[in-house]
Amino acid sequence: MQMPQPDAKLLSERDQIIARLRAVLPEDGVIWDEAETRAYECDALTAYRCPPLAVVLPRSTHEVSEVLRICHELSVPVIPRGSGTSLAGGALPTADAVVLGVSRLTEVLEINTDDRIIRVQSGRTNLSVSGAVEDLDFFYAPDPSSQLACAIAGNIGMNSGGAHCLKYGVTTNNLLGVTMVMMDGSVVEIGGGHLDSEGLDLLGVICGSEGQLGVVTEATLRILRKPEGARPVLMGFDSAEIAGACVADIIEAGLLPVAIEYMDRPCIRVCEDFTKAGYPDCDALLIVEVEGSPAEIDAQMALIKDLAQRHNPVELRESGSEAESALIWKGRKSAFGAMGRVADYMCLDGTIPVSELPYVLRRIGELSEQYGLGVANVFHAGDGNLHPLIMFDANKEGQLELCEAFGADILKLCVEVGGCLTGEHGVGVEKRDLMSDQFNAQDLEAQLTVKDAFDPKWLLNPAKVFPLPVTASRREQAQ
Amino acid sequence: MSQTDMLSAAPLSQAPGLMPKTEAELAEILANAAGPLRITGGGTRDIGAPVQGEPLSLVQLSGIVRYDPGALTVVAQAGTPVAEIEALLAQSGQRLPFEPMDHRALLGRTGTPTIGGVVAVNASGPRRIQAGACRDSLIGVRFVDGQGQIIKNGGRVMKNVTGYDLVKLMAGSYGSLGVLSEVSFKTLPAPETQITLQLSGLEDARAVQALCDALSTPYEVTAAAHDPQAAGGANTFLRLEGLAASVAYRSDRLAASLAGYGAVDVVEAAASQTLWQEIRDVTPLAKTPGDIWRISTRPSQAAALMARLGDIPRLYDWGGGLIWLAQPEGRDLRAELGGFSGHATLIRANAETRARLPVFHPQAAPLAALAQNLRASFDPRGILNPGVMS
Repeated sequence: MQMPQPDAKLLSERDQIIARLRAVLPEDGVIWDEAETRAYECDALTAYRCPPLAVVLPRSTHEVSEVLRICHELSVPVIPRGSGTSLAGGALPTADAVVLGVSRLTEVLEINTDDRIIRVQSGRTNLSVSGAVEDLDFFYAPDPSSQLACAIAGNIGMNSGGAHCLKYGVTTNNLLGVTMVMMDGSVVEIGGGHLDSEGLDLLGVICGSEGQLGVVTEATLRILRKPEGARPVLMGFDSAEIAGACVADIIEAGLLPVAIEYMDRPCIRVCEDFTKAGYPDCDALLIVEVEGSPAEIDAQMALIKDLAQRHNPVELRESGSEAESALIWKGRKSAFGAMGRVADYMCLDGTIPVSELPYVLRRIGELSEQYGLGVANVFHAGDGNLHPLIMFDANKEGQLELCEAFGADILKLCVEVGGCLTGEHGVGVEKRDLMSDQFNAQDLEAQLTVKDAFDPKWLLNPAKVFPLPVTASRREQAQ
Repeated sequence: MSQTDMLSAAPLSQAPGLMPKTEAELAEILANAAGPLRITGGGTRDIGAPVQGEPLSLVQLSGIVRYDPGALTVVAQAGTPVAEIEALLAQSGQRLPFEPMDHRALLGRTGTPTIGGVVAVNASGPRRIQAGACRDSLIGVRFVDGQGQIIKNGGRVMKNVTGYDLVKLMAGSYGSLGVLSEVSFKTLPAPETQITLQLSGLEDARAVQALCDALSTPYEVTAAAHDPQAAGGANTFLRLEGLAASVAYRSDRLAASLAGYGAVDVVEAAASQTLWQEIRDVTPLAKTPGDIWRISTRPSQAAALMARLGDIPRLYDWGGGLIWLAQPEGRDLRAELGGFSGHATLIRANAETRARLPVFHPQAAPLAALAQNLRASFDPRGILNPGVMS
C-alpha cells in the first residue's frame, strides 16, 4: 500500500503552519510534539502508520472554519478524524497533513420528540446519542460494532451500518441535516429537522464521502421510539447452504427480523472458547432477532421456528429471558475481540446479493486452502454484508501481503457475483486500489468531479477512496 | 382558461421527438445533441421551471431487468411503467417500500407513470415516515451524463458504501445531472393486512400533536395524515400494517393511547387502502383551483406555519412534516409565509407562474454555488433539462 510522498515544501514550512494554527485555536487545541502526534498516526487499520505534521482539536464550528481557511490558504492537506475507529484507514495521515479531530465537539444541541430528531455536535459517540434520549424511550438506530467509541462524524463519513439495519437502515437513512465546513472555511447548512432537503440531495452524497467533501461539525439525526421488546433465536445448521436457504425462506415469507446474523464453524469455535455462550459446534449458526410486544414476538417466533424446523436444525434455541438474550448476542458481539486473541486478522466488508451466499462461502473456503490462511466468517446475512476474518501472523515475513492478496480475491469475488467491495466500513486506503475492479474509468471520473465541486484544491483526505494514479493529476495540480 | 387547459397547453403535449430504445442509443443521442433537451418519462410529472428543448422520451427504454425476491431487490430500465413493477412485486408478496405518489390527478395528466420519473422527482408517499423516501430504497443507478458517457453507481445490494453515493444525488435531480437508464431498488414484503385509526373534528395544532404522539409510540405507525377540510369535517388518520394479530394488538394499544383526542374510529383494510392512496396522490386538493404548493417542515412548526395563511385548502401528511396547499394563481407563497424551518416547492402552476416564481426554494448562496458546480461537472454544455430546478 502506497501513500503519496509528503510535500517537501510543506514540511519545510512546518513551523509557520503550526504558528498560524496556534493563532486561531486555544493553547491545548494544537498538537505538534512528535511524542503526542504519534497517538494520531493510525486508526483501527493499524498495519499502516504515519504521524501527521500537526493535530488540531477545535471546540466549535467557528474554530473548524478558521483551521480550514488557513490550511486552504497554505495548501495543507487535512485529514478529518472522528474517533479513529475506521477499519479501512480512513483517518490515516500523511507527514505533510494536519489531522482535524472532532473529539471535543460532543454537545447535544437539541432533542425534539415531536419531530423525532436529535441535533448533536459530530464528535459525540454513536452510543451516547442513543444515551441522550434513552430516558425518553427513544434511540438512534444505526449501531456499528464500534458504537461505544465511534463518533457520529465518522459514521457520516463512512455511512456506517450495524446489525439492525435490515429494518432501520444505515446512517444515510437516518441523517436529516448537517452543518458542514467547506475546505475554504465557509460554513454551509444542509437539510434540518424536516424529512427531505430542497434542491439536489447534497446530504446524500456527503454521507459516505469519507471526509473528502467537507468537515461535518453538527448533525440532525432521526430518533425512533424504542420497541416494546426484542428477542433472539439461535439456530445451528449442518451447512452454509442450509443456513442460506433458511435465511431466504424467512425473507420470502414476508417476515422482517431486525437482525439476521451468521457465523461459520471457525468463528463459532473461537467465540465459544472466549465467551461460553453455549453455541453448538456446527457449520453454520444464525441469530435471528424480532421486535414487538411479547405476543407479537411469540407470533413471529412461531413462524420463524416453523421455517427453521423444515431445514433440520442441529440446534434451535429461543431466548427465554433477558439473560439468555444477552448470552446469545454475547458470542456474536465478541467475535472480533475473540478472534484477536487467537490470531492477527484482517476484517473484510464486502456485500453480495443474499442469494449468492452459499456459492461465495464455498469459494472463500477454496481460496482459504489455496492461500494457506484460515478464515472465519461472521456477517449480516439479511442484507448480504459479509465480514470474513482472515487469520495470519503479522510477525511472519510476507504474511500480511499474503493476507491482503487473499482479501483482495474475496472482494473481487463479491463484485463478480453482483455485490460490492464494502458494505459499511468504507474504502479508505484499504480498498482504494480495488476500486477499478468495481468501477470503470468513467464511473470513477463522475465521482471525482463531485470532489472537484466541493474541494477544488483536493486538500481534504486526498489520498483515500480512489486509486492514486486516478487522482494523481488532481492532487498534483493542487500543490 | 382553466387550470387543466393551461397545463395541457405546456410543451409536453408536443409530439415526442427522440425515443431511444437502448442505453447505447441514449448515450449516442446525448453525445451528439446539438442543443438543450427536455427529458420526459411518461409525462405525468411536469414539475419544475418550464424547459425549452428538444423532447427526449425514455418510454421505449422499458423492461424489468431482474427481480430477486429472496434478495429483496428489483432492477428496471428507466422507462418501465411503475404499474408493471408493482404488479410483478405483488406476485411475490412484495412492494416498493416508499409508496410512490402518482401525480396524475393533481397535475391533470393522463400518461403512464414510469419508474425513472419517480426517481427523477424522488416521489415518496405516506410511508416515507417509516420506510424512507424513494432515495432511501434506491440502491443503484445507471445514467448517461451530458456528454454521452454511461455511468453506473451503487448496485443491487442493500448495503454499499463503495465510493461516493451518486445514487442519492440522482434521486430528485429532475434529470439535470444525467438521464437515468436503469434503476435498482430494495423491496420489502407487503404486509398481511392494514388498518387505519381515525380521529375527528380536531383543529390543526391538536391534530398534528396527535400524529406526533402516535409516532412517538412503539406501535409502528406507517402513515400519519390530517385532512382539515374533509366533507364531514376534519379527519386525522393513522395507519398500522403487518401481521393481522399484531395489527389488532397495536391498534388497540394505539387507540387507548389516543383517548385524550376523542373517539377513535377504525377504517378496515380495503377502505384503508383506498384512503391512503387518495392521501398519497393528494386527491383532496386535486380539483381545487389555483396553484398547488408543497411544504416540507418540522411537524412541531406545521400548524403555526399554516396559521399564518388563514383557512386555505391544505392537507398534512408525514405526521405534519409535509403540507400540501392550494393558493390563488400566481401568488408568491414564500413571501406570505416569511421565514420558516424547511422549504416550499411550487408543484402545480401555469408556465408563466413557474417561469416567474422559483419552483424550488431558493438556497443559500454557497449551496446554490455547489449545485451549480455539480451541474457544470455532469453536464458542462447545459443541455439536460436546463433551468428545471431554478
